[in-house]
Amino acid sequence: MKEITYLEAIRESMSEEMRKDEDVFIMGEDIGIYGGAFGLTNGMIEEFGPERVRNTPISEAAISGCAVGAAMTGMRPILEIQFSDFIMIAMDNIVNQAAKSRYMFGGKAQVPVVIRLPGGSGAGFAAQHSQSLEAWMAHVPGLKVVQPSNAYDAKGLMKAAIRDNNPVLFYEHKLLYNTKGEVPEEEYEIPLGQADIKKEGSDITIVATAVMVNRALEAAAELEKEGISVEVIDPRTLVPLDTETILASVKKTSRVLVVYEAVKRGGYGAEIASMIAESDVFDYLDAPIRRLGGLETPIPYNPVLEKAAVPQVEDIVEECKKLMNK
Amino acid sequence: MSKKTSYSPEQLKTMLYDMMIIRSFEETVEKLFQQGKIHGTMHLCIGQEATAVGACVPLTNEDKITSTHRGHGHSLAKGTGIKGMMAELLGKETGYCKGKGGSMHIADMDVGNLGANGIVAAGLPLATGAALTSKMKDLGYVVVSFFGDGATNEGAFHEALNLASVWDLPVVFFCENNLYGMSGSIKEMTNIDNIADRGAAYGIPSETIDGNDVLAVAEATERAVARAREGKGPTLIEAHTYRWRGHSRSDARKYRTREEEKEWRKMRDPIASFKEKLVEDKVITEDEYEDLVKKVQAEMDEAVEFAENSKEPDLDTLMEDIFA
Repeated sequence: MKEITYLEAIRESMSEEMRKDEDVFIMGEDIGIYGGAFGLTNGMIEEFGPERVRNTPISEAAISGCAVGAAMTGMRPILEIQFSDFIMIAMDNIVNQAAKSRYMFGGKAQVPVVIRLPGGSGAGFAAQHSQSLEAWMAHVPGLKVVQPSNAYDAKGLMKAAIRDNNPVLFYEHKLLYNTKGEVPEEEYEIPLGQADIKKEGSDITIVATAVMVNRALEAAAELEKEGISVEVIDPRTLVPLDTETILASVKKTSRVLVVYEAVKRGGYGAEIASMIAESDVFDYLDAPIRRLGGLETPIPYNPVLEKAAVPQVEDIVEECKKLMNK
Repeated sequence: MSKKTSYSPEQLKTMLYDMMIIRSFEETVEKLFQQGKIHGTMHLCIGQEATAVGACVPLTNEDKITSTHRGHGHSLAKGTGIKGMMAELLGKETGYCKGKGGSMHIADMDVGNLGANGIVAAGLPLATGAALTSKMKDLGYVVVSFFGDGATNEGAFHEALNLASVWDLPVVFFCENNLYGMSGSIKEMTNIDNIADRGAAYGIPSETIDGNDVLAVAEATERAVARAREGKGPTLIEAHTYRWRGHSRSDARKYRTREEEKEWRKMRDPIASFKEKLVEDKVITEDEYEDLVKKVQAEMDEAVEFAENSKEPDLDTLMEDIFA
């Protein structure tokens, strides 16, 4: 095992695949000498050259379509969208083209493209650079959606995403880029659609995504001191969703809190909550399903306001106590 | 129309035949629509046969196209079969898309047809990607991206031209300027005389041609394809043409005059004028032409029979092919 950051894990995963498979390449804005807005592609152009680490014009509508067209004709492109918010300008190519080509063409096309999307708030970038709109993507049939919460998962899931023959939207959380985690020296892949139990517990299940997994774990440690045992589940991929692991946990604990950073209204956590409510496990619940999500506001600039817009550790602690009637 | 051409009599006859097939296909599906055998909508390319056929003349099976909502002609010209297309329009399981795509999504990867598209200008960025594959894998193929005049006011048009230019991608941007984007006249929607002028903004050579002269189309595309194959990058071709029918089935054509339509139909019919030229140049006789008419009709009859006798897709296929 070695310790590397989430950001390094993603870079390492892409580089390893690029060494193995000539068809894999990365394209995006400022990913060359600059190394990408977050430095994630640092050193890659030096190793792979400008043909395979393609610096693009600032043209999200063209480069997203270019990536899809390249994928349809035999390449395996990774497209870095500098901030996930910029996906709006690439939306047609993702939603109308990539997601539907295979189905519309009667199964005769495949679109093995990975679209990397740095998202989330907490870094002071304000309303147009801090959103969590993964639910929009998860809503569209034909797209897979991945949201890793640590370095180990990020590396293994990126492998699976690159090797997948479908469009995969890979949401990276900006606050996680510099978090360190243990990653094996040897090759591994984490299949899409496998949730992970980040911490076992018996009183409450928290289903959390991205940076909320880390906050849920912190909250769980605090609650432990007060005698509340929390199980933390990270779905890791929203589509496909590992419903089995989530339901088994809820069945065991009989209480569930879903925590996500996206605006609570219509966020993916609503889907998880509904899925639980519609399942047989509903009968095992001792308390109503609870959700904690972002407030219905654009992400503000001021750091105090920014923090207040999305769930924090203390919010999770409080919500869990309510669930336990404490 | 009596200038010398470098094409062989066989090639010339094939061009005529291919245009006749497209016209007949469109007239046939129009009839089937009126009979209620085809549902939804369709965008017919009657009157625009020369652009589709001419632009595909220099292409091999490995070369690719991206097409538009008005795409039946492009597909047929690129070699997508009549039977599978007819079956697709009837929503049958033997259709190119197993009945799930319909008129606006016909694709045939085997002949390099990367698909019609329901989104205006969406084919241009996709074409840059297919061209990038050709370049990165050194496959030598060229991509012709068809689009209408309306598409040139989409951001995707401008971004794709710029991207293809800075990366020297083997793309031919082929604009079928039929004067209207749905009801919007090009004169109202664009403040320049020639769409081809937009190439200069991206360092792309471009030309405006008579899109109803199949030889002019073939020759211009030939030059553009040659440039692309030599690694010299994209070309923008603007071909003037006219759609005889409305935009789609619901169009009452209030935005243009019957006189204008009549002029294009009587004076600038791409098939009639080309046929006259071939007869004049003694490439075919009137009798041979009549034989072609019969042959085309027989092919259509066979395709309709095939489509009508094909099965509806099984309900089990509803959730198939969403993911690979």
